[in-house]
Amino acid sequence: MSEVKLTVNGRAVTRDVEDRTLLVTLLREHLGLTGTHVGCDTSQCGACTVHIDGHAVKSCTVLAAQVDGSEVVTIEGLADGASLHPMQEAFRTHHGLQCGFCTPGMIMMGIDIVQRHSSLDEETIRKELEGNICRCTGYHNIVKAIKAAADDMAVGTPSMAAE
Amino acid sequence: MYATNYAKATSLEDAVAKLKSSEDGKFLGGGQTLLATMKQRLAAPTDIIDVTKIPELQGISVEGGKVVIGAATTHSQVAASKEIASAIPALAELAGTIGDPAVRNMGTMGGVLANNDPAADYPAAALALDATIMTTRGEHAAADYFTGIFETALEEDEIITKIAYTIPKKAAYEKFRNPASRYSLCSVFVALLDDGPRVTVTGSGNDGVFRVTEMEEALKANWSPDAVRSIAIDPATMLADIHGSAEYRAHLVPVLAARAVAKAG
Amino acid sequence: MGEGIGARVLRKEDQRFITGKGRYTDDISERDMTHGVFVRSPHAHARIRSIDASEAKNVPGFVGIVTGQDLIDGAIGNIICGWMIYSKDGSAMKAAPWKVMDPEIVRHVGQPVAFVVAETRAAAVDAAEAVTVDYEELPALTNFHHALDPGAVEVHPEAPGNLICDWQLGDEAATDDAFAKAAHVVELDLEQNRLVPNAIEPRAAIASYNVAEEHYTLNTTSQNPHVARLCLSAFYNVAPEHKLRVIAPDVGGGFGSKIYIYPEEITCLFAARVLERPVKWVADRSESFLTDAHGRDHKTKAKLALDADLKFTGLKVETIANIGAYMSLFSSATPTYLYATLLSGQYTTPNIYCNVKLVYSHTTPVDAYRGAGRPEATFVVERIVEAAARKLGVDPIELRRKNFIREFPYQTPVLMAYDPTDFDALVEKGLAHADHAGFPARRAEAERRGKLRGMGFSCYIEACGLAPSKAVGQLGGGVGQWESAEVRVNPVGTIEILTGSHSHGQGHETTFAQVVADRLGVPVGNVAIVHGDTDKIQFGMGSYGSRSGPVGMGAIARALDKVEAKAKVIAGHLMEADPSDIVIENGELKVAGTDRKLGWHEMTLAAYTAHNLPDGIEPGLTEKAFYDPANFTFPAGCFVCEVEIDPDTGITRVVRFVAVDDFGVIVNPNVVEGQVHGGLAQGIGQALYEGAYYDDAGQLLTGSYMDYCLPRADDLPSFSLDHVETPNPNNPLGVKGCGEAGAIGAPAAVINAVTDALRTEAMTMPATPEKVWRAVQAMRAPIAAE
Ligand SMILES: Cc1cc2nc3c(=O)[nH]c(=O)nc-3n(C[C@H](O)[C@H](O)[C@H](O)COP(=O)(O)OP(=O)(O)OC[C@H]3O[C@@H](n4cnc5c(N)ncnc54)[C@H](O)[C@@H]3O)c2cc1C
Ligand code: FES
Ligand code: FES
Repeated sequence: MSEVKLTVNGRAVTRDVEDRTLLVTLLREHLGLTGTHVGCDTSQCGACTVHIDGHAVKSCTVLAAQVDGSEVVTIEGLADGASLHPMQEAFRTHHGLQCGFCTPGMIMMGIDIVQRHSSLDEETIRKELEGNICRCTGYHNIVKAIKAAADDMAVGTPSMAAE
Repeated sequence: MYATNYAKATSLEDAVAKLKSSEDGKFLGGGQTLLATMKQRLAAPTDIIDVTKIPELQGISVEGGKVVIGAATTHSQVAASKEIASAIPALAELAGTIGDPAVRNMGTMGGVLANNDPAADYPAAALALDATIMTTRGEHAAADYFTGIFETALEEDEIITKIAYTIPKKAAYEKFRNPASRYSLCSVFVALLDDGPRVTVTGSGNDGVFRVTEMEEALKANWSPDAVRSIAIDPATMLADIHGSAEYRAHLVPVLAARAVAKAG
Repeated sequence: MGEGIGARVLRKEDQRFITGKGRYTDDISERDMTHGVFVRSPHAHARIRSIDASEAKNVPGFVGIVTGQDLIDGAIGNIICGWMIYSKDGSAMKAAPWKVMDPEIVRHVGQPVAFVVAETRAAAVDAAEAVTVDYEELPALTNFHHALDPGAVEVHPEAPGNLICDWQLGDEAATDDAFAKAAHVVELDLEQNRLVPNAIEPRAAIASYNVAEEHYTLNTTSQNPHVARLCLSAFYNVAPEHKLRVIAPDVGGGFGSKIYIYPEEITCLFAARVLERPVKWVADRSESFLTDAHGRDHKTKAKLALDADLKFTGLKVETIANIGAYMSLFSSATPTYLYATLLSGQYTTPNIYCNVKLVYSHTTPVDAYRGAGRPEATFVVERIVEAAARKLGVDPIELRRKNFIREFPYQTPVLMAYDPTDFDALVEKGLAHADHAGFPARRAEAERRGKLRGMGFSCYIEACGLAPSKAVGQLGGGVGQWESAEVRVNPVGTIEILTGSHSHGQGHETTFAQVVADRLGVPVGNVAIVHGDTDKIQFGMGSYGSRSGPVGMGAIARALDKVEAKAKVIAGHLMEADPSDIVIENGELKVAGTDRKLGWHEMTLAAYTAHNLPDGIEPGLTEKAFYDPANFTFPAGCFVCEVEIDPDTGITRVVRFVAVDDFGVIVNPNVVEGQVHGGLAQGIGQALYEGAYYDDAGQLLTGSYMDYCLPRADDLPSFSLDHVETPNPNNPLGVKGCGEAGAIGAPAAVINAVTDALRTEAMTMPATPEKVWRAVQAMRAPIAAE
C-alpha cells in the first residue's frame, strides 16, 4: 500500500491505495471522477487522458503512486462553475462529439495540443491526435473544434458562459 | 495487473539496493512499456523501482561533439529541446515520432533503450550516432549494446544513466509506421559522422536494429539518394507479420534510406 | 426555422459529456457490488474435460463461480437467432444451439467457459486465472473459404458440411438468359474483409437482484433495452418481463455490436440472483475484440451482363458469408435480406439473381455492423459497374447515367420498391464538389511528383427502417419493426417524449426535441427525451439500421398528431372556436383569422385542471403512437473519392472525399453531417485500414489496437458534404435516415479510386501499403506473354 497525495482539480486528496492502483482507477473508483474513461487495455485510445502537472498523460498507464505529489486535472476540473473552458465550448459548438466516450480524453488532449503550439493547422492537429481514437465522429468536427478553440485561446477570449 | 510494490529511488545506490533486496524487481522508467505489459499480466515484477527522479538521469547537455541526454529524459523533452534541435535535429524529430503526445510525456529514453523493442525508434539513432550508453556499471558502445530483440548488454541491476550521441555533420530519420500500433514497421536513420556515413534500420531486422554497411560504403563514395536506392536487402534478415512481409520490409529499406539521405541534404 | 426541423440546434446532451458528467454503465456502482470476470477459451475448438475452481476459491476476495452447467441447471435458455431463412430447396436454416456457456465444447477463442465473481475486479481477475480448465484440443476450421470443402472440419453436427443455408433471391433462369444474350459480360471476384465494430466504450453490465421482490435490474450497454429484456425473458428464461428492468444509460457507441444480448449479460443476471449481490462485468478491449459480434466477411463472385447499348441486363452474384461459430441475432438476415435486396443499386438492371451460402467457422460470431448487408451490396454493384466501365472503355459516370432509374416508384427484381430520388442530381453535385473536371490536371501534377492518383465513385442506395412489420414477418423476421413514442405534456406545458429509440451518440435528446419544437413552437429546452429504460418507457425496438429517424421520429410525429388534435379541441372549447380553426404557432394556440389566442401552457393547465373541458374529453394530455411504416426508406448518394498513392511504399492517402446524400428532410444538419463523417471514417477504415485476421489455429491476430488498425485522425481527410433533399413521401416527416450511409457507400468509392490509380481490378480490402505496393509492382512489370 502507498499513501498517495495529489491535488485533483484543485482539491488536495490523500488516499491509501494498493501500489498497483492505476491513476485512472484512483480517479474513477476512489474519487468518483468517472469522466475519465477507459477504452482500451493497450494504452492506445486516449479516452483516459488527463493532465499531470499541466501535461497530457494516459491515466491508464501511470500508477497513482508514481505521480504522488502531482497536480492532476481531469475533465471535471476544466469548467469554472457554469463557465466552460473554451475547448469544451468549442466541442459543443462544432459538434465535436457524438457518443461522448472519447470526448473527455479528446478535450484534455486538445488543450495540451493548443498549449504546445503557437499556431495550429489541420495537419498538425490530426498528427497530434494520434493517440486519441474516436469511432463516432470521423474526427472531422473534433479537428474543427480544436482549431476553433486554439483561435479562441490565442486571442485570450474569456471562456464563454454556458447557455 | 498483479500485486506489486512501488518505490521511488532517490539515488543510484538506493535504486540498486532496492532492486537487489527485492525478490524479482524491475526498474521503472516512464512505464509506457512496463506498466502496459504488467496490465496485460505479461510481466509480474514483485517490485518496481522508479528511477526517473534520480539526479544522474536528468538533463540535456552538449559537450565535446556529443549530445548527452539523461536516461529519464522524456520523449517530449527531447523533441522540444533547443539544444538537441540545433545539434542533432534528426534526433529531436525522431523523438517527436514516438507514440503520441501523451506517451511522449511519460516515456523515457532510458526505458526505450533498456527495453530494445525491435520496433522502437531510438535504437536506430543510438546505433547510427555511435552512442555511448552510460550506466551504473560503466559504458556500452551502441555497437555492442543491442544484442538481439528485447536483448541488451545490460545486467539485471544496471541502470542507464545517460546516453551520449555523436553530433553528426548531417542526419535524418525516415519513419514508416506500423499503421495500427504506430511503432516503427521499418525506419531508417542515416548520418554522416566524421569517420563516415551510417545507415541503421529499426522495426524490421529479425535480430533487432542493424547497420547496412553496404549502403554506408556507397554513401561514402557518393552521398546521394541514388547511391542507396538500388542496394537490395536480403528478406531472410527481415521480420514478417501481418503488417508487412519480409520481402516488403526489405524493399522499404532502400526506399526510406534514399529519402532520409535526401532529407539530410 | 428557429429550433425546429432543419435548424442547427446545438446538442443538449453535450453539456454532460463535455464536463465529464455522462453516466455510462461502468460509471455506475451499486451498494455491495461484486465484480465478475470470465474464464475464456484459449482454443478455437476444444472439448472441455473438466473445470477445476478449487484454487480460485482460495483467492482472497473470491465470492462465487458460475459455470455453463449451472446455467443449464438453472434452466437458462439458448441464445437465439431472430430471423428464420430458408434454403432454395425449401429447408429451414440449420441453426445449431448456442448455449450461453457450453459446458462441453468451445468453438471460438474467447468463448466464455466460467464466470468468476469477487469483491474487486483485481481479485476476480486473480481468481479467474486460478481456474483450471482441462481442454482436449480439436482441429479447427478458421478460414471460412474452406468451410465448404469436402472433408472440412465440421463446426456443428446440426449443419453438415458447415452449410447453414443455401439461400437465393431473384430469378436465376431469367438472369442466366440475360447472360446468354449479353453483348458484354464483366466478372469480378470480391471480398468483404472481416471487421470489428469497436465502439470506444467496451460492453458492460451491472446486474442486481432483489430477493424480496424477485426482481432483476440490468444496467447495460444496449442499443435496444426492450429487445434485450424480451430475449432475456422469453428465450433466456431469466425472469418474466415485469420482473426485469433493463436500463441502457449513456452508451458509448454501438454500430450494431450492442444490439445483441450476449452470454455475458445473461450470466451476470444469473450470478446476481445466485449470489444475491449486484455483479458488474466490464469488458476490456481485448475481450471486446474476441466477443463483440464481428462484421461482414464475405467472398463473392459477381458478373454483370450488358447489351450492346451498355444497358445492364443481368447481375448474378454468388456469395459465401461467414457466420462464425454461432448464429447471432441478425446473422441470417444480414447477408441475405439486407444484402441481396439492394443489388439493383441505382440501376434498371432487369434481371438479378443472388445465391448466398451461409457457413459456420470456428471464429467469433459475425452479425450486423454499421450498414449490415448494404455496404456489401453496394460494394458488389459499384465495384462491378466501375470495372465494367474500365473494361469497356466508357466513362464510369456515363455508364451509370445510362442505367439510372428515373421513374418512381420503382420495383426492383429483388423485392424493393424505391421511392423517388434524383440520382442525376446527386451525381452532378458530387462531380462539381470533387472538381471532377480538374482531376486530369491533378493526376498529371501528382505524376510529376512521382505519385499515382485515382478517382473513384460510389452511387449507393440503401434501405433504412426495415418495414412494414408484416412484410418483415413474411420474410422470416422474428420481431416487428415499428417504433413507439409517448408524448407527455405536463400541466405547465413542458413536454416529455418517451421513445423506444435509443441514442448511443445519435443526438436524440436534441433532434427528437426539434421535431416537437417544430410542431408546437415550444422551445427545445422545454422538451425532455426519455429513453433507454424499460421501467420508464413503453415497449420499443431500439436503434439500429438507421431507424431512429424514419421510424422513431415517425412515431413521435404520429403521437404529436394526437396531441395536437386534442389540444385544438381543448383550445377551441376555451376560445369558443371550432377546433379546425385553431392553429398552433410559436407556443400559442390561435383562432385563425382573429386575434384570439391562448398560451400553450394555459391550454395544458386547462387540460389538467379539467375545470372546463368539452364533454367527452378526458383530462390530461398524453398520447402514444406505435408507428409501423409502410415501407423502407431509401437514402441514396454519390460519393467521390480521390486518392494519392506513393508507389514506392504503397501508402495510400485519401486526399479528397465528397459525399452528396439524399436523406430526405434533414432535422438537424449538424447531427446528420456528424453521422455521415463517422460513417465515412468507418467506410474508409474498411477500405484502407481495418481487417481482422485469424491464424490457422484460430487465434485472432488482430486482437488489440496494436494490430487492428482503427483509423486515427491523421489517416483521414476532412470531408466535403452536400445534400439533395427529396422528402420521403411515405414518412410523416419526410426523413429517410442517415446513420449508415457513409459506411455503406465509402468502401466502393475508395477501392474504385485505388484501382483507378493502379489500373487493376485485383485489390482486396483493406488496401494496405504492402498490397498496394505489390499491385504497383504488377502494374509496372513488363506484361508477360499470355
Ligand atoms: C501507445 C504507445 C505507443 C508507443 N509508440 C512507440 C513508438 O512509436 N516508438 C517507440 O520507440 N516506442 C513507442 N512506445 C514505447 C515508449 O516509447 C516507451 O516509453 C518505451 O518503450 C519505454 O520507456 P519507459 O520510460 O516508458 O520505460 P518503462 O516502461 O518504464 O520500462 C521499460 C523497460 O526499461 C527498463 N528501464 C527503464 N528505465 C531504465 C533505466 N534508466 N535503466 C535501465 N533500465 C530501465 C525497465 O525496467 C523496463 O524493463 C509506445 C508506447 C505506447 C504505450
Ligand atoms: S484507456 Fe488509456 S489509452 Fe485507452
Ligand atoms: S464520440 Fe464516440 S468515440 Fe468519439
